[in-house]
Amino acid sequence: MNDGVQSARWVTRLSLFLLLAPAVLWLSALILIPHLDLAVLSLRERIGPRQYSVSVAQYKTFFAEPLYWHIFVRTAIMSIVATGLTLLLAFPVAWIIAKVLSGRASSLLFVICLIPFWISETVRTLGWMILLRESGVLPHVLVLLGLTQQPIEMLYHDATILVGLVYTSLLFMVVPLVGSFESLDNSLIEAASDLGASSRAILTKIIIPHAAPGMTAGCIVVFMLTLGNYLTPTLLGGKNSQWFTEQIYTQFITRFNWEQGAALGFLLLALSTLLVWAGLKLSGQRFSDVMRRA
Amino acid sequence: MIPSLPNTWWSGALTRVYLLCFLTFLFLPLLTVALFAFNDAPYPAPPWHGFTLDWFFGSADHRRTGLFSDSELLGSLGTSVVVALWVTSLSVLIGLCNAFLMERFEFRAKGLLAVLMLVPLVIPGVILGISILAFASRLAEFFNDYMGIEFEFLRPGLPLVVLGQFSYIAAIATLTISARLRRFDRTLEEAALNLGASRLATLQTIILPYLKPALVGSAAVSFLMSFENFNTTLMLVGANSPLTIMMYGRMREGATPVLNAVSLFLMLASAVLALTLMRKGDRRNESN
Amino acid sequence: MSLAAPLSSVHDLELRSLVKRFGAHTAVNQLSVAVSRGQFFSILGPSGCGKTTLLRMIAGFIAADSGDIEIGGLNMRDVAPNRRPVNMVFQQLALFPMMSVADNVAFGLARRGMARAERQHRAEAMLERVGLGGSGQKRVDEMSGGQRQRVAIARSLVLEPTLLLLDEPLGALDLKLREHMKVELKQLQAAFGTTFVYITHDQSEALVLSDQVAVMNQGRFEQVGTPQELYYSPKTPFVAGFVGNNNAVHGQVVAVDAHIVTVKSAFGWTVRGKSNAPVTVGREATVFIRPEAVVLARHAADLPTAWPAHQAVVESLLFDGANSAVLVKESSGQSLRLALPQTGAFADLRPGEALFFAFDPTQAVCFTTAHE
Repeated sequence: MNDGVQSARWVTRLSLFLLLAPAVLWLSALILIPHLDLAVLSLRERIGPRQYSVSVAQYKTFFAEPLYWHIFVRTAIMSIVATGLTLLLAFPVAWIIAKVLSGRASSLLFVICLIPFWISETVRTLGWMILLRESGVLPHVLVLLGLTQQPIEMLYHDATILVGLVYTSLLFMVVPLVGSFESLDNSLIEAASDLGASSRAILTKIIIPHAAPGMTAGCIVVFMLTLGNYLTPTLLGGKNSQWFTEQIYTQFITRFNWEQGAALGFLLLALSTLLVWAGLKLSGQRFSDVMRRA
Repeated sequence: MIPSLPNTWWSGALTRVYLLCFLTFLFLPLLTVALFAFNDAPYPAPPWHGFTLDWFFGSADHRRTGLFSDSELLGSLGTSVVVALWVTSLSVLIGLCNAFLMERFEFRAKGLLAVLMLVPLVIPGVILGISILAFASRLAEFFNDYMGIEFEFLRPGLPLVVLGQFSYIAAIATLTISARLRRFDRTLEEAALNLGASRLATLQTIILPYLKPALVGSAAVSFLMSFENFNTTLMLVGANSPLTIMMYGRMREGATPVLNAVSLFLMLASAVLALTLMRKGDRRNESN
Repeated sequence: MSLAAPLSSVHDLELRSLVKRFGAHTAVNQLSVAVSRGQFFSILGPSGCGKTTLLRMIAGFIAADSGDIEIGGLNMRDVAPNRRPVNMVFQQLALFPMMSVADNVAFGLARRGMARAERQHRAEAMLERVGLGGSGQKRVDEMSGGQRQRVAIARSLVLEPTLLLLDEPLGALDLKLREHMKVELKQLQAAFGTTFVYITHDQSEALVLSDQVAVMNQGRFEQVGTPQELYYSPKTPFVAGFVGNNNAVHGQVVAVDAHIVTVKSAFGWTVRGKSNAPVTVGREATVFIRPEAVVLARHAADLPTAWPAHQAVVESLLFDGANSAVLVKESSGQSLRLALPQTGAFADLRPGEALFFAFDPTQAVCFTTAHE
């Protein structure tokens, strides 16, 4: 019996090891070590050809340079606004899909909402550019309707960037929200209504508390994607976009100042971690639960 | 609010108006892109100059390069497909391994590993890109300086693009496949053993067929994610640009409607893929 | 008891001093039993008594801490579950949803490396035998509950196992189908002649189906015997209480006359029962009175004169056709459940009415409390 048990245990250990190896390799070689390396990179300063010393000079530059600061805060605020707008826009649609419609109509609307996201963000952004630029469709239509004398430039505004960001993020809000709403038992709403609750009370006392994990999941994912977005702000905002990822790109690729770029990258990572953490704390959710829903 | 509760007359109307606006918002950019692929003008802008297929097949008269003769664009499309195939195979494979690891084994630091597996999803793509870029380049320099070996794959280029995309798409595949494996009824496995199947036969005949929808689904999502990826790819790309990077470059310069043509092509390809998956999904749902 | 069966009989299953502990909890405690070939053997016990653990040990999914399992005369120590001559019908059936009915039945044959044509032929023949001929190409989810049950049994029996284990397979069915499947299981077992080991918490299933029943409690067999033995001569208070809806009357022994013991309950009711063990006056004891062993009458004179008569007041009526019962309060205050004969004589019985009843003291078993 001992032999059998021991060989079985040995097989289990071997398969555990074989399965553990790729996971550990993936996470260490592509995530952990590169980020540690990035941290090391951000904490050094070039003092001569091929000579470096440990310093926080890169971080000092960030705090000393108002341009960086300005763009950093701006990116954070715009991302939060975009997340809020996405939630507002996605909430009713998700509700209609999950609760108002049923059967085929519901799944049809859900699929229709997902379709744009099967198509590259580049293509979607191209669409907005053709629609909004000075020579584009909407300014043209406005002139035809006699609403404006001259075609107006609708690209390169903050509002344009927000429209693009919300558009890009919708899916990541709709999907977790639909999941949350579908798991809400209709009889709870009926019971609340039966007990005299107004629509408003039902929304705030029943629906939102129930959907909180899904809403948090959606908001975190949308916020993350928005903060780290590069394509939409640069194309729709042009020179006015002032998005933080652009600064990172400039330092890394254009100026080849990797130390500064690494420091900016870490600051962005810190910002996103901080805000995600704050979001989790505010809604009382756990990270792993939230990610599973997203 | 819900159909079983009394609704005011205007709530139905409001729902309709809202849905109409929402769907317009959703589809207007896509329809615009599709429409201007056929406009007989050198730029994708109004007014409408008439219908043409020049942007697909080219035209010697107007000196227009169509999609099917734009070797640069077609090349980048091919690059994207190759990258996506690599990323998909790697991601699904490691997703499957991770699913078994997390659902079937107990070991120390399992909780830590579970959290670590989610981390790639909350790191902005740009940062994933620069960290891998910096690390790989420094490794390459290290090998070059101390051993005199040049590892080409550690320099910006497609291998790094594949690794960069894989680093977070693997997490998505892991989540999808683990979720399905978690719902697997372990008694099916016991039943197979009880009927004389070996562990390997059980895996082949029972567990993998059960996981197939998740494998197909995560493969489709991985392919799409890789194909659409921009942020990470931008940081790691070398001489051969995938399609998104190529399109981005041209969009900044103000491109001809050939971009609309390639976009329309992508839409159709996505639609075909989506419909195929959905039809399969439908058949499965009916059977449940 | 099968342990006492003649040595010449062949045992398909033999357990010797089997033990399984989970931490401090002993799930299976020194179990020994032998099951003869072709028997329908049931293990009856409340949930948590260890019967599922025992079944899974026989199937090989759980290793024993000590003791031996022999199946068809072969020791199963170190034999993997997929190599044991045992097949199992799982509680939730565990039919493979990704395969057709025929592929489910042919699954085990395929694992043995049988050629496709041959196994298809055998699967179809087996489906025919369980009354599902022509359903082979259906999907599992197209079958009704009873049909799935038969697929699960066919899937196991096609492998001609020495032993078929059944883990409460009727538990998931609704009442009507359960009654029907009971009969069908019994017929299937008779037709195939395979040794069945059936676990259940439902005494009616165990009594109806089995040749032998083992009543299991806290990891041990309290009694192994035919259904009749368990019903008429329970050996322990647990068996007496678990098999049949017995009324348990606790009290103190006030008189002993050969095997007949007189017990005075806490309410002051004196009742007579039969003890199989020597009893002394003054001991704590419990008398078990079967509801269906009691004769009811509206007048004391209508009762059999040989038996002591008791008086009671009707508390409530539990009308359930053939299983109707009446809850009464004996004049001392003791509550009892008595079977209501469906002859029509008591059709107009109402709560509050007075009633007389009597029973044969030799049919009421008595155990002293120390017996436990």
